[in-house]
Amino acid sequence: MFIYYLRLAVKSIKRNPVLSGLMVAAIALGIGSSMTTITVNYLMSANPIPEKSHALYYVQVDSWDPHNAFNEDDIPNQLTWTEATNLMAANRALRQAAMSRTGGIMEPDNKDVKPFEVSARLTFRDFFAMFEVPFLYGNPWSARADEKREQVVVLTKRINEQVFGGVNSVGESIRLFGRQFRVVGVLDDWQPMPKFYDVNNGAFEESEEVFIPFMLKEELALPSWGNTNCWKAPEGDGFEAQLRSECIGFQMWVELPTLEDKAAYLDFLHSYVSEQKTLGRFPRPMQNRLSDVMTWMEDQEVVADDAQIMLWLSLMFLFVCLLNTIGLLLAKFSGKASEIGLRRAVGASKGDVFLQHLVETALIGLVGGLLGLSLALVGLEGIKSLYGEYIQALAVLDLTMVLVGLVLALVSSVAAGLYPTWRACNIAPASQLKSQ
Amino acid sequence: MLEIGPIFRSLMRNKTGALLIAIQIAITMTIVVNAVFIVYERSQKMQRESGIDEANSFYLSSSGFGSNFNAKVTITEDLAALRQLPGVIDAVQINAIPISGGGWSMGLKTQAGVEYDGVGVAVYMVDEHGVNALDLDVIAGENFTATDVRWREPAQSDWPNDVIITKAMAEALFPDEHYSKTVGKTVYINDTEPMVIKGIVDKLQAPWVGWSRVENAMLSPEHLNNDATRYFVRTEAGQRDAVMQQVETFLAERHTGRIIRGLNTIEETRARSYRGDSAMIKILTTVMIVLTVVTALGIVGLASFSVNSRRKQIGTRRALGASKGAVLRYFMMENFIITTVGVLVGAALTIGLNIVLVEQFDLTPITWYYIPVGMLILWLVGQLAVFGPASRAAGIPPAIATRTV
Repeated sequence: MFIYYLRLAVKSIKRNPVLSGLMVAAIALGIGSSMTTITVNYLMSANPIPEKSHALYYVQVDSWDPHNAFNEDDIPNQLTWTEATNLMAANRALRQAAMSRTGGIMEPDNKDVKPFEVSARLTFRDFFAMFEVPFLYGNPWSARADEKREQVVVLTKRINEQVFGGVNSVGESIRLFGRQFRVVGVLDDWQPMPKFYDVNNGAFEESEEVFIPFMLKEELALPSWGNTNCWKAPEGDGFEAQLRSECIGFQMWVELPTLEDKAAYLDFLHSYVSEQKTLGRFPRPMQNRLSDVMTWMEDQEVVADDAQIMLWLSLMFLFVCLLNTIGLLLAKFSGKASEIGLRRAVGASKGDVFLQHLVETALIGLVGGLLGLSLALVGLEGIKSLYGEYIQALAVLDLTMVLVGLVLALVSSVAAGLYPTWRACNIAPASQLKSQ
Repeated sequence: MLEIGPIFRSLMRNKTGALLIAIQIAITMTIVVNAVFIVYERSQKMQRESGIDEANSFYLSSSGFGSNFNAKVTITEDLAALRQLPGVIDAVQINAIPISGGGWSMGLKTQAGVEYDGVGVAVYMVDEHGVNALDLDVIAGENFTATDVRWREPAQSDWPNDVIITKAMAEALFPDEHYSKTVGKTVYINDTEPMVIKGIVDKLQAPWVGWSRVENAMLSPEHLNNDATRYFVRTEAGQRDAVMQQVETFLAERHTGRIIRGLNTIEETRARSYRGDSAMIKILTTVMIVLTVVTALGIVGLASFSVNSRRKQIGTRRALGASKGAVLRYFMMENFIITTVGVLVGAALTIGLNIVLVEQFDLTPITWYYIPVGMLILWLVGQLAVFGPASRAAGIPPAIATRTV
């Protein structure tokens, strides 16, 4: 029966090519535009580390100015050097990593490769295990390297290719920031999207090119390549004074597998801040926060406003396209009144007629949906060319999105077809047969 | 006008189609009017001037490495050499580039003390050539002299004695005084450290184009003793690209222990900083056009259908003496009534969506006259869309009334 209805549907669509074409075009445009914006929003709000996003927490404490809150009513989004190093030394979580961004010149021993500039992440060894960073060669550096401030480095795959031609470079020496570093590991491809561990310098920027122990910041007086905010000038001149000032420019993540662990860590933060208050720091009311990955992404408004505005507008657009389809279907089906009357008169039940027309609408929806998906591909290409490299990874249609698009097209076209179909099968057979 | 009654009664008998069109028009208007408003705002934002000679300026970074790299010597020599190059008007070392997105901000206060509120300001560290290189006009007071300029050591936290601020900054600090009267006054940086206003420049934007106080900027007379540094170069009209080509190799050859990179024109920088806005404008414009076409096609489709199903009545009216014009007018008027309902609902929805956008995304409330203009445009779209089917209706011959089918 279904095949028969399908044949009828194809026939009916062919009989009214203009009207059917308009319907398909309307659905395709609606699906195309909304799938484009849904995809961008979906990728922007994607969970970058789904297996353990609930166990990873971003650490915040309020070390800010007694006279003004950091930002409206909010607490600072980063830590000072003092907090970063103290909380790391306390070692109260299963895993923990304070971090910040720096960079400098890399001079390969191989004279064929010109010196070049690299961005670097200063962090602790737990960074790699905590964020499940895949290694191609070697391992993270040791706890001893963190403690003894050893000049060791983990390279990304790309840098390893650039400098060592892609071979296993573990144990090799490389000149970085004017010092000799020893390679301990090479990462495999790794690009969390969004770059959740530090959203300060663009949530969709590339990960850093090399990773080095955090304490080298102090040891080598490395510059800050991230945002730094201050409410109070450093006391005295020089790198040390600046490092130990109340300026915030460091991030810290902790891994706390259970809610009890989280509660315990909050308690620890409370006692830590109380202790600091007795030392005359932390002049603001006590406010500490642990945010898991997705809460932190929301708090930092990782999904751009413009993307959300476009999403809402395009969903309204889809709605208009569906209204259009409803109108056109009404017109189409009422043109078929006599045919329906005849079918009813020779024995088709209301249900049969209903089903027949639903198949027809679903077919239109499916064709419109497929066309809409190809329009979405065009739309995403357009978005790529408009926004440039930073959005590249955000404008890809994956299998989930293709399915979402097709389901959206089917559901919305069938929903649009319900009323016209219901009207169509309520046609009284007698009235249609009379004039014939 | 007398026909409104019958048209209205006939509409009420077949509500669904008309209602669908009305809702479509209402939503189309909601989207289009809000989108036009956003587009207008974004293009206003993009048209603001940075105050510098955008067409003829570029910048680059120089990162020294190796133990025998002497930043002070290199910078001094680089600047002297750059200023000698043919086609260069002036060149300056600078810590941040206007409208580039990255920079340094501080707060200035008119009274010393942590308890007073400061005014946020973008800091540009330049020497006495800064005003000329950035193409600024000193409209009150005077420019720095070579003796005002000091070296800022890495991680040095105090400030020079003099400062030049923009007119906008002067007005933000001293709202009750004419900007020219603020020359010689003392302002405080880092809560308590005094700086004397030496001059006022006409206009210079901060690095952050999305900042609400983008015209608050100050010049601090300093060179930076840093291995990694930035040079800003202004060239004579039309010479920029030629000079850029030379400068890269020229500087790289002057000192081999460094990397020259990040060579960019201000025009490219502007395009990159405003890329989101320009993309939004293009996307919204496309959406508006496609949406209007979809709605218009919907009107054409439904009107055609209603003409087709009323062929016999139309023929009868014509046979009874109605002119072609009367038939045309009937359908135009029918559409006018439907559209009127649509735009009235649309006006309310437009305001509703705008309120949501203002609350959720901090957009500005819509200017009132966008709404009547939007209504007018949709009336026009409706009339244009229905004109085709209506004139086909007018062309139906009276003879059709005599046929049975």
